[in-house]
Amino acid sequence: MVIVVEFRVRFYPLGDTAVILQIKEDSNCKQLHKIIQTLSAQLDHSPPVWMNEYIPSFQTVAIFYDPLKVPFTGSSFHFPYDYVCNELQQRMAKLPNSQSIDQEIVEIPICYGGELGPDLTFVANYNGLSIDEVIRIHSSGDYLVYMIGFSPGFPYLGGLSDKIAAPRRATPRLNIPARSVGIAGNQTGIYPIETPGGWQIIGRTPVNLFRPNHKIPSLLRAGDRIKFKAISLKEYLELEEKN
Amino acid sequence: MITILKPGLLTTIQDLGRFGFQKYGVITSGAMDQLAFRIANLLVGNQENQAGMEITLIGPTMRFETDLLISICGADITPMINGDKVRLFRPIFVKKGSILAFGTAQNGCRAYLAVAGGINVPFVMNSSSTYLRAKIGGFHGRKLKSGDRLLLQSPSAAARKMISKFTEKTPSNQFTEMNWFVDSGLFPKYKNNRIVRVITGREFDLFSKESQRKIFQESYVVTSKSDRMGYRLLGSPLFLEKQFEMLSEAVSFGTIQVPADGNPIVLLADRQTTGGYPRIAQIITVDFPVVAQAKPGDFLSFVRISHEEAQMLYIEREHEIKRLKKAIELKYY
Repeated sequence: MVIVVEFRVRFYPLGDTAVILQIKEDSNCKQLHKIIQTLSAQLDHSPPVWMNEYIPSFQTVAIFYDPLKVPFTGSSFHFPYDYVCNELQQRMAKLPNSQSIDQEIVEIPICYGGELGPDLTFVANYNGLSIDEVIRIHSSGDYLVYMIGFSPGFPYLGGLSDKIAAPRRATPRLNIPARSVGIAGNQTGIYPIETPGGWQIIGRTPVNLFRPNHKIPSLLRAGDRIKFKAISLKEYLELEEKN
Repeated sequence: MITILKPGLLTTIQDLGRFGFQKYGVITSGAMDQLAFRIANLLVGNQENQAGMEITLIGPTMRFETDLLISICGADITPMINGDKVRLFRPIFVKKGSILAFGTAQNGCRAYLAVAGGINVPFVMNSSSTYLRAKIGGFHGRKLKSGDRLLLQSPSAAARKMISKFTEKTPSNQFTEMNWFVDSGLFPKYKNNRIVRVITGREFDLFSKESQRKIFQESYVVTSKSDRMGYRLLGSPLFLEKQFEMLSEAVSFGTIQVPADGNPIVLLADRQTTGGYPRIAQIITVDFPVVAQAKPGDFLSFVRISHEEAQMLYIEREHEIKRLKKAIELKYY
């Protein structure tokens, strides 16, 4: 079932209509992310006829396919899975090594603390910092969107400073308002829609991350870089109004 | 137009799902039992993907404001038109003013109501499916409630012919069931103990030898903490050989994941796009309807087959549906 190819890629079935393509684990994090971005861009640019869609993540890309769209070659029957793995293997072999990928830097304004960020004090106390220091550290970081998942437009971000890491809440909240900014362990993220969740909420952005009426419904895409900018409650309310 | 008089427990507008946006974290949604949904559409001369109603356990009551061709497939939620029981898996012509009332599920969990032409709701990201949590798609992004008035698309030419044929034959306020129906081995027997075929999941080998055996020996009950997102199962708990932290990656319909408490969760139509729990097994596509029609209190027993077998069964199933589609088309001409 497992096929090892030159590009140090492994394939695993995800049910009978999808395959998980895993890039070998010892590649370093940034390099791995770059390969996944390049493959994603390639799948967007020239999608195989048998592909329904794909989901990129930290180490893998899952490719969903239609087994009936896989062609019969000659008289011999190929299992759709084997055919798809072969095709992907060839794509990986031809994958450009250092393709330049459009990398957007997105600035996201955040109103920290107060009612919009009820756990900011906890994060400060937990790390022995002042509230202002937490805001300064969080808003001066350089973040990379590794993947989008969990809920529509939710970015898994890398780059949070260890100095403001904080454990999840022991009891998750039943409803976290949309656009809340949270910290969990050494991750930070933004809840695009109202969901239950256990992250420490430190603020809120007036910017919508999930935009169902746009062609691309997520403000952020894997590969984007993010800068946070601290804004006042007044600025927050003005920007929220514009939504 | 259809007017909803009583909404039932959870009645939503669905199609076959929202695809192409999972990379942005947008879930697929869509009908839970896609087989019943597709057949219901084919029976009224629709494309397989036209918007219909998914009806859950306790059904709605509605009034048809126009002459219509409908079909009901899936679970038997005791549908009655103007007080008379109607049968499933066949086209039914209904006169304007008729009232369709469902009761509670006798067997199975979800029924699908298709109307010729399909229900007219706006497309959101290429789909009519309701995404409840994001409040988008379907009918105003929510489940149906009393007083909702659903617009319909115009029926296909074949369905229009059928409608005009039965308009004269059927007295006002009445209905006519077609004398032909789909009697197919395709549909699962809606029993309380269901056998579900799986292939092993990506992290299967990381589970203890005992858990690897137990998942195929014991049966698991569907708990009341089960919905369109996933079924939480209870039975012999399953554990990893040793704990490890997984990075989130893609999951799919039918993925069986196991959180640290050992109780498996089957992911379904409203699942998240990615997950971080080890996946012990994956239900094969042709058995999705078996699971989608299980209700809290029903038992699931898992049987392991090979990945190749699963793909063969998938291809055979699709060919069978194609044959069925042809046979239905012949009935219309």
